[in-house]
This record gives sequence, structure tokens and C-alpha cells, in this order.
Amino acid sequence: MFTYHLRLAFKSLRRNPVLSALMIGAIALGVGVCSTTLTVYRLMSGNPIAHRNDVLYSVTVDNWDPARPWNEKRPDIAPMEIAYRDAMALGASKIPSRHVVMRKTTFVVDPSRTNGAKPFQVEARLATKDFFTMFDTPFLYGGGWDQAADDGAQNVVVLTRNTNQKTFGDVNSVGRTLQLDGRDYKVVGVLNEWNPSPKFYDLNNGAFDEPEELFVPLSVGAALELPPAGNVNCWRNEPLNSYTDLMNSDCVWHQFWVQLDNDEQVQSFRTLVDNYVRDQKALGRFPRPMNNHLYRPDEWLKHNRVVRNDNRVLVGLSFMFLAVCLLNMLGLLLAKFLGGAPLVGLRRALGASRSMIFRQHLVEVSVIGVAGGLLGVGLTVLGLLQIRTMYENYEGLTRVDFTMGVIAIAIALAAGIIAGLYPTWRVCRTQPASYLKTQ
Amino acid sequence: MLQMQQVSKVYRTDLIETHALREFNLHVKEGEFVAVTGPSGSGKTTFLNIAGLLETFDSGTYQLDGEDVSRLSDDARSRIRNRKIGFIFQSFNLIPDLNLFDNVDVPLRYRGMNAAERKRRIMESLELVGLASRIKHIPAQLSGGQQQRVAIARALAGSPRFLLADEPTGNLDSLMARQVVELLEDINRRGTTIIMVTHDPELARRAHRNVHVMDGQVTDLQPFASKPLIRPEALAAAQ
Repeated sequence: MFTYHLRLAFKSLRRNPVLSALMIGAIALGVGVCSTTLTVYRLMSGNPIAHRNDVLYSVTVDNWDPARPWNEKRPDIAPMEIAYRDAMALGASKIPSRHVVMRKTTFVVDPSRTNGAKPFQVEARLATKDFFTMFDTPFLYGGGWDQAADDGAQNVVVLTRNTNQKTFGDVNSVGRTLQLDGRDYKVVGVLNEWNPSPKFYDLNNGAFDEPEELFVPLSVGAALELPPAGNVNCWRNEPLNSYTDLMNSDCVWHQFWVQLDNDEQVQSFRTLVDNYVRDQKALGRFPRPMNNHLYRPDEWLKHNRVVRNDNRVLVGLSFMFLAVCLLNMLGLLLAKFLGGAPLVGLRRALGASRSMIFRQHLVEVSVIGVAGGLLGVGLTVLGLLQIRTMYENYEGLTRVDFTMGVIAIAIALAAGIIAGLYPTWRVCRTQPASYLKTQ
Repeated sequence: MLQMQQVSKVYRTDLIETHALREFNLHVKEGEFVAVTGPSGSGKTTFLNIAGLLETFDSGTYQLDGEDVSRLSDDARSRIRNRKIGFIFQSFNLIPDLNLFDNVDVPLRYRGMNAAERKRRIMESLELVGLASRIKHIPAQLSGGQQQRVAIARALAGSPRFLLADEPTGNLDSLMARQVVELLEDINRRGTTIIMVTHDPELARRAHRNVHVMDGQVTDLQPFASKPLIRPEALAAAQ
């Protein structure tokens, strides 16, 4: 019977092509707008490191101005980043299974010796060795560097697939040399595609930026006094005449993450951080009340309000728009179904029960819903392309994946059925005899 | 076979009450061909709708094929309509965008028959009305008489016990009307009970008996024809 109803549904849609197109268009528009905002919202609010959520922690300590909090609107929160000296001191602890101290910088890459191309500038991440293991980065070739590279500030580099392509072509470049800022660096690894969105490990420097193009040991940055490329926030009026001054200052410009595999480790490290801050207070630092935190990735994303309220409001508004579209569709369906009431009367006279008529019309609204959903997916793609054109930084947020496509069609199907329930119910109430004389 | 006793039907609006049937009594035997006549607004169509379970009534009793159908659920009424009753309407009531095959198929679909059985019945019905060669045509490609024959084929495809016809020749010219009436007579001879509402005295005269309705009541029962009812053994064979 389902295929019979499906055939009737297609015949019915062909019977009133303009009306059918209007209904499909209404649902597609609503679903397109909804899916566009939902896609952005979903990617914004996603946790790209969810599979390691239980063991990774971002560490914050509040070394900020006693007279003015880090964030005046949210006075209870500590700076998002940490001073170099604090990161290195806490990073020396053996309690965490792993830890990473890191920051952004830039390099000029000179590939002229490898492929003759012109030099270009890239954003780079200076990090300690555990970055790759902790954040589960996929490698195409090779791997990260070892402790010796960190300790000895060795000139080693991990490239992204894109940078490898631009400098060496699509080949395994591990073991080869690449010139950065005029110095030779040995390639030890090439990452495969990796684009965590939001970029959870450094929310203060573009939460929706793509990952840096290459990775070098943090110790190299210190040895070569590589300038920071991310935010450097300071509150104390202290002299910053040299790189050493910056490293020893209270300025916050590093991200610090640890891996703690069990509750015992968490508790021990929390105590260690508290003790460290107490010690520093005794030395005249950390003038604000104790405000140390360990945030899991999901807590970290929530704490930093990566998904702004505007986005939630936008999603709400888009669903209201969908509701308006559905009301329009409901009106059109009502007109269409009641216009077809004589045929319903005839079918009832020929033996169709109310439930059969209900199912027939439900199949028809489902067909409209699915057609609207498919068109809505197309509109979603157009909407996301438009957002990408308007906001460069949103590139990572404007991908349509299979799940979102399925969700869009499911929304359209549900919306179609919801909008169709009342007209379907109304037409099922048709008395068989009412229209037979006039049919 | 069909027995109505003291059946009344009132249509009510905020302003008026219209008594469509008043204590209507009728008994139709199996195999009969009954013509129901009467002026416009007398209650003929209301009677036919109630007889065909298309409408409910307010009081009285109605037994169809030995079953009291007064208080059946909507689903049960649909089932009886589908299995026991065939309808023929003045305006044919074919579905315009379905071809002849699919039009005749409609009641069989609702009976849940398998495809082979449906096809067999559809072809037999269309052959009976002489339109088996035009199964792919849509109703608009046929004359009025041919459309009514398709409607008859649709009514017969489910092998109903009763055929209820509401002015079946009302929209046809005299030649086509005669062909349709002859077809109905043939169907009746095969054992199907026919109740036909008509304004046409000529047509009414060809039935076994004529029931005259006036102001919602049966006023006269006069057989116009001397034709005997079909013999029970022939009826059994036809069923």
C-alpha cells in the first residue's frame, strides 16, 4: 500500500505543480536557513578532542592585576593564557603524564632550494614535544620530535600536509632540510589533514582559525628569541627591554595543557598548582585571590564561551523562521487537500477507511518534506558558501557534512509532517457523501 | 437482503431542520432491480447514501445482508462498502488523472488483494463493459457513455452484492443511456441486486419494481415490469 500511496502522492504533486513548488520551496527555505545556522552552531559548539576529554586539562592561574580583574564583565575568571615562567615551572612537575607549553610565532619559509618557489610567511606553533601525542594529531609521514630536541633546542620541524605540498611537493620529506628564517630545520614529521574546530588548544588567538602551518620546539623560540605572533597581555608596568624581560615578566602569552590520567593525578596536580601559587604569593606575585583551575576541553570551550549567545539567538530565530514557513505550508496544504476533498469522498465511497486516507495524505506530506529537505540542503550549501565569502575566519565552520545533510532532511520531513497533520486530519473528516453529487 | 424500518434522517443547521427521510420503510430482496423515483428534494439520494452506508441516520433500523448496520464504526462501514456495495454516480466520478485500469483498481486496492487477483478482476470487469482494449486511456479520452461503463466496471470489479446507482443515465444521451441500462439489466440477470435512483420513467419501467419517494417517505410500491426475479440457483452460480 505504501508504494500505491507514494504513486498517488507524486500524481497529486504533478496535478498542482505551482502549489507543490510553493510548498516545497517554503519548507526548503525554512530548512535551508535552519540548517545553515545549525551547521555553524554545531561546528562551533563541537568538541574536536572529545575522545580525550577525560584526560586533558587546560591550566589557568590568576596572576593578574589586584585592582582590576582579567575580564571586568566576568571578574571571577583567570587569564586564558599563562606567563612563560609559570608554564615552565609547572611544566617541570612529574605529576602529569604529559604536558605541553606552547605559543604562536611566524616564520619565513624559503623553499627555493627544494622546489625553487619564492619565500612565504607562515604562522607556526612553538610547542614542547607532547603536543602531538596529547592532541592526537594524525601523521602522514614521520612523527613528532623527542625530549632531546626540546632539551637541546634542535632545529627540527613538523609540517602540515599543505606546507609539505608547497615546499617539497606531495612526497615524504622526513629527513630533508627546510630553511626557516634563514636557518636550516630538519623535517621530522608531516601531519595529515587536521583541523580541529574550534581550535581548542589556543582559543585566545582565533578560536576558529586553522591550525598553524608548521611546528617547532618551544626551546628553539627561546634560544632564537623568536617574536610572539599571538596575543601578549600584560598588566604590570614592568620593563620589557629584551626577550629575557618578556620571558621573566607577568605577561601571559603561553598556553599550558597537561594530561592527567586519573583522579589521583588530578588531585595531586591541583595541589601542586595551589602550592606553587602560594609560594609565588610569598614572593610578591599573584596579588589576586587564589583562582587556579584545571579545565577539561569541553569545560574549556564552555568557560570561554566559544559559542556566543548571538549564535544561540540566531538558531532560535532561524527556527522561528522555519515555523513561519511551516504556517505558510500548512495554509497551502489545507487549500490543496480541501480542494481534493471530492476525490477523498469518492475514495471513501469506494471503501477507503479514514486511516487509509490519513496514510495516503501523510505519505504525500512526507514526499513534500523530503523534497523540501533535499532542496534545503542545496540552500544550506549556498548559505554556507555565502558566510564563507563574508567571514574569512569561518572557513572551518562552513563545511556541510553527511550528518548535517541527514539532519536537514530529517528536520524537513518532521516539519512537513507537522505542517501536514492538521490538513490531513481535516480531509479525513470528509463525509463520503458530501461531494459525490458535485464531484 | 436490504431492510429499512422507520428510518429517519434530519439535516440540521442553526436556522432550519430539514427532514430528508421520515420513517422510511423499504425491503429489497436479493436479486431485485428496484427503481427509486420521485421529485427533486424528495429524499431519493439521501436514501441511497444511507443504503450505501455513506451517511448515518437518526432513528430506525437498517439491516443489510442480515446485519444490523445502524451502529457500526466508520471502519466497519468502509469495509462493508468496499466488499458488498458498488456505486454508480450520475457524473461518473472517475479519477481524472488515473487511466482506466487504475480507476477500476481503486476499490480493489482498499480490499488488500494481491496484484494478480486485482489484474484478473480489472480485466474481467473492463471486458464485461467492452473497454478492455482501452485500459491505458484516461477518462477525458472517453465519451460520457464509455466513462459510465468504466464506472460500472469499477463498481463490479469487487463482485458486490448490491449495486447502487444514482441517476446513472442522467448525463448521457438516449443511445448511450440505453446501452448503460442494458448493461445494468445484464448485471442484474447475473445476480447482483440493483437499486437505482432515477427521474426517467422509461428507465424506471425496466426495473422489477418502482419505489416512489415523496417528502422523505415511500408513497407507492408498483412493479412496472412483469419480469420475474432471478432464480436462486442462477444467483448462486453468479456469485
